[in-house]
Amino acid sequence: MKVLMLGWEFPPFNTGGLGTACYGLTKALVNEGVEITFVMPRAPQQLKTHVKLIGAEELAKVVFVKLPLLLIPYSTESNYEMILSKTQADKQIYGRNLFEEVFRYKALIKKLFLQGSLGDFDIIHAHDWMTFPAAVELKNLSKKPLVAQVHATEFDRNGGNFGNPVVHEIENFGIKNANVVIAVSNFTKNIILKNYEVLPENVFVVHNAVDFSDYDVQDDFYIKKEDKIVLFLGRITLQKGPDYFVEAAKLVSERIPNVKFVVVGSGDMQGQMIKRVIELGLINKFLFSGFLRGKDVDRAYKMADVYVMPSVSEPFGITPLEAMRNGTPVIISKQSGVSEVVKHCLKVDFWDVNELANKIIAVLNYRALHNELKKHGALEIKKFSWNEPARKCIKIYKALVGEING
Amino acid sequence: MVDVCFYFQVHQPYRLRHYQIFDIGKNHDYYDEKKNKEILKRVVNKCYLPTNKLLLELIEKHPEFKVSFSFSGTILEQLEEHEPEAFESFRELVKTKNVEILDETYHHSLSFIYSRNEFKRQVVLHNKKIKSVFKYTPKVFRNTELIYNNDLAYMIEKMGYKAVLSEGADKILGWRSPNFVYKAHGTENLKVLLKNYRLSDDIAFRFSNPNWPGFPLTADKYASWISEIKEDVVNLFLDYETFGEHQWPETGIFEFLKRIPEEFTKKKIGFKTPSEIIKSCKVVGEFNSYNFISWADIERDLSAWLGNELQQAAIKELYNMEDEILKTKDEKLINDWRRLQTSDHFYYMCIKWFSDGDVHKYFNPYDNPYDAFITFINILNDLRDRTQKANAQRIK
Repeated sequence: MKVLMLGWEFPPFNTGGLGTACYGLTKALVNEGVEITFVMPRAPQQLKTHVKLIGAEELAKVVFVKLPLLLIPYSTESNYEMILSKTQADKQIYGRNLFEEVFRYKALIKKLFLQGSLGDFDIIHAHDWMTFPAAVELKNLSKKPLVAQVHATEFDRNGGNFGNPVVHEIENFGIKNANVVIAVSNFTKNIILKNYEVLPENVFVVHNAVDFSDYDVQDDFYIKKEDKIVLFLGRITLQKGPDYFVEAAKLVSERIPNVKFVVVGSGDMQGQMIKRVIELGLINKFLFSGFLRGKDVDRAYKMADVYVMPSVSEPFGITPLEAMRNGTPVIISKQSGVSEVVKHCLKVDFWDVNELANKIIAVLNYRALHNELKKHGALEIKKFSWNEPARKCIKIYKALVGEING
Repeated sequence: MVDVCFYFQVHQPYRLRHYQIFDIGKNHDYYDEKKNKEILKRVVNKCYLPTNKLLLELIEKHPEFKVSFSFSGTILEQLEEHEPEAFESFRELVKTKNVEILDETYHHSLSFIYSRNEFKRQVVLHNKKIKSVFKYTPKVFRNTELIYNNDLAYMIEKMGYKAVLSEGADKILGWRSPNFVYKAHGTENLKVLLKNYRLSDDIAFRFSNPNWPGFPLTADKYASWISEIKEDVVNLFLDYETFGEHQWPETGIFEFLKRIPEEFTKKKIGFKTPSEIIKSCKVVGEFNSYNFISWADIERDLSAWLGNELQQAAIKELYNMEDEILKTKDEKLINDWRRLQTSDHFYYMCIKWFSDGDVHKYFNPYDNPYDAFITFINILNDLRDRTQKANAQRIK
């Protein structure tokens, strides 16, 4: 089985969950004997990994100036323009906006296919909307079946609202033209069925997983602290529910005097969040650390007494699993894919600020609750593996190839 | 010729309503009345009414057919208040005199483990309740979930009981059989009747399992298994909800029950109640259990209710309040405290099955054991505040 994958990012050069998920999934697929060529707009050179990594830019012999930010998957239309206007590079080689960039990727793919640089493949597997125009083009040229995987929809990125109509249109174009659509959770499947043109029998759920096999849990990190710490870690955007976190913080701080709320991450709602914190008189209770990487992220989890992910709309959500790996009790919104697969955590509706505060207070007040969540959470995440999702994908591939050939 | 001794457990708790920390001091109504009524209605219609009706018919037709029951005080209260028809039909059954009633703790509690004084009070309460409802004085005792150890036996004998029921746990019996009457270690002459868990579970758990070699289980097949036992007594101890609720009518459970008197009599199997058994059977040895045993799970221990930190923390807080709460002499407060002692609340906090994806206790109102703990502990805090206020006023 040869699979041509179209993606946007791949670790270590990733900015979020999409790259991590592609890495984990492809690794398990390769273990199962699937050959994968992974195409992304620009591949890091001299990176040895388990898949054949192709950078469309390099292969198409296009002069490329290093501008990694231009291609981050969490770009919104507005901040793309902002990033572009700030760069010193020759703007001529880029599309004027993110959409033009997406269509330039499509043109590159077409060129690569026609010159035979993509090799043989049985299946096209595309990750998220930015690859969809390229993927559909490739499907039409090669007559091979297309699997479109949805890691997030425009609805998620806009906290359940409609969002950018052009992005929606491109998402719908990919979903409509795919032979099979993979959703990363039932939560996402439901959003797809409700808002996009697709038959229910063509949408399959393949839950994300995590790969903690190479993780060293024996970090000797220890901090002495007098305060209880409640952690928010993620982009400070509408999707992640930072506003609900602040409202719950108010209720918690009224009942627990020695509590601090640590916010790790940045995003377009940061100003608004800080403003609300000041309004509520909580500024001496809040710490904003900005964006953290690597070991510092793990330390933030370890330092926390409880991690809260109050996302308004979260297709999957990998951070709760990272928190559990670090032995930190977790409270997550029910409006997330991860809540479908994790048991040893507390779950709330994102809008139910009272219940969120009720649960934060309980974890902070009762050692027994903290200990049991910590113990069973750490055990539970060891059971996660990419093998199961990979097998589900292979089943889908086989059915599709059989269909086309049969 | 072997006898069988049927005992059915009838119990429902007062389930708690969702109770947040913000309710403390504002809301002293702890029970989910709607859910409790709904679940009660369901078990009444699916199990209690049809099974009682069938048992009445069977006793009328087969005067040799006998069974025994244990009712928690909390189920009797709820039936009396909301389901008078079912309440009456249990009284009808007892009136036939083919039914023996056992005593237990009124609140189906774990009090023996945490407070012997509270345990005694609840047994007395239960005894009075049975007397007032059924005009009947039990002589045989069964503790919550058949929890048992030597100390319990000692205490129960001192309280005037002739026998106690427990689990035929292999770890205590070893090579010995549960199908005899034993004397409880450390007592003068208290008899122990032990559950034959294999034959009991054939009905309770395996009856409708098509992968079980015994499937489908019919009354004559079951009778032939029992008739091969050349010992004294087979104790079949079951949750009453087995009939119609755990095993749905479609499984044929009612037809099975209906045929039991006839098929058993054909095979010369007799029916006796616990009091009759201890009169007719000789003691063959001593039952000696220093540690607690119960009828739960494979472990047959207390881990279903007290196996994790949540359960331990919650129950210790609860029993730490004993002196203060009794001091108030406030019946409403004491009653709330006792309803919180019902073992189901701790069962809902059990993590060991939850990990296997098996929230298998029927009518569990919580999504997970952690939520069960949070609600319980919030309510306990409100109860403590009320207790402190009540005691402060008394001193004034």
